[in-house]
Amino acid sequence: MAQLDTGGGKADKGGKVRSKKQNSNVDLTAMVDLAFLLITFFMLTTSLSKPQSMDLAMPDKDEKIENEILISENRTMNLVLGGDNKLKMYMGQLDKPLEGPKDLTYSKESLRKEVLEKVKSVPMATRTTKKPEGEPLIILIKASKKSTYKNLVDVLDEIAIGKVQVYAIVDIVPQELELLGE
Amino acid sequence: MAKVKMSKKATAVDMTAMCDVAFLLLTFFILTATAKQPEVVPVETPASTVQVKLPDTDLAVITIADSGKVYFGVKAPNVREKTLQLIGEKYSIQFTPEETKRFGLMEEFGVPVNQLKGLIALSSSDRNAEGLQKGIPHDSLNDQLTEWVKAARNANAEVNEKQLNFAIKGDAKEQFPEIKKVIDLLQKQQVNKFNLVTGLRGE
Repeated sequence: MAQLDTGGGKADKGGKVRSKKQNSNVDLTAMVDLAFLLITFFMLTTSLSKPQSMDLAMPDKDEKIENEILISENRTMNLVLGGDNKLKMYMGQLDKPLEGPKDLTYSKESLRKEVLEKVKSVPMATRTTKKPEGEPLIILIKASKKSTYKNLVDVLDEIAIGKVQVYAIVDIVPQELELLGE
Repeated sequence: MAKVKMSKKATAVDMTAMCDVAFLLLTFFILTATAKQPEVVPVETPASTVQVKLPDTDLAVITIADSGKVYFGVKAPNVREKTLQLIGEKYSIQFTPEETKRFGLMEEFGVPVNQLKGLIALSSSDRNAEGLQKGIPHDSLNDQLTEWVKAARNANAEVNEKQLNFAIKGDAKEQFPEIKKVIDLLQKQQVNKFNLVTGLRGE
């Protein structure tokens, strides 16, 4: 029954059987239609989910650097971001890299695997008797002029997934541009 | 008297419960939702797996889209009004109380200061017309974005007595130097922490 029964049928008194009375019913179909139309409207026009945000802390940009901190080359992983979604990775310094340089892609199988591997292997390699847990991995992100914002966010996201604590966005050097062929 | 026939049952479904559910849902959506603000430029944010939500308060959003055009917006309307007043003082432009109020309703804008009055005078639908807002100048000759950032920070400190956070909402296809330019500009003012606005990714 697509109607709201208002009980009109029991209205007769005295037990006389009268001609069948029409129930004074309300048709709810149109109302339901309207309600669903409004639901659809509100669902489409509202933004229920707030956008996510990724925290990025940059080092204080002091013009005069008093004491440069040198970091161990076997802890540093360099990610060089180029145009056309190119990504190169090498360990240590470019003129005498400890590993690579090799091509990676921004996929789960490539970049994430590499980062997760290094997160484990670097503390193992830097273990000393003083520091049995080893030193954590450092990632340097070097983005070329042709790389996009998406590339940067992808790399930062992989860093967040790998829980790498030490990372920095640094300026790219000419040798690395050469490596990319740009 | 003739036989009283049983009235035939209509082959229809009872809509009452359905109606109830529909209106319950409708009420829920109306109450929980916040209206989507029209965007000055369409921005496709890159996806990430982070679960942290963007804060609601003490936030200024710098949007970078459309090959290096920069748009600026402050979340809280009262801070927005104060920012406009500070900018007015800086560039010696007088804004009427009516204009200040209208500016308070603008989520985001991207025009040079000298065109601001004209933009405020437009209706909100005309304002978001494609190609109207050409971005805030932020090169070394005419660095208005720095002034806006400065004014917004001062305004927030005055109104809310809190530090203003900066969110960078960049389009996924934007080139890195454009983002870097804005980051450098903020870092010059000792803003070293940013929120990068991202979308949601499956895993």
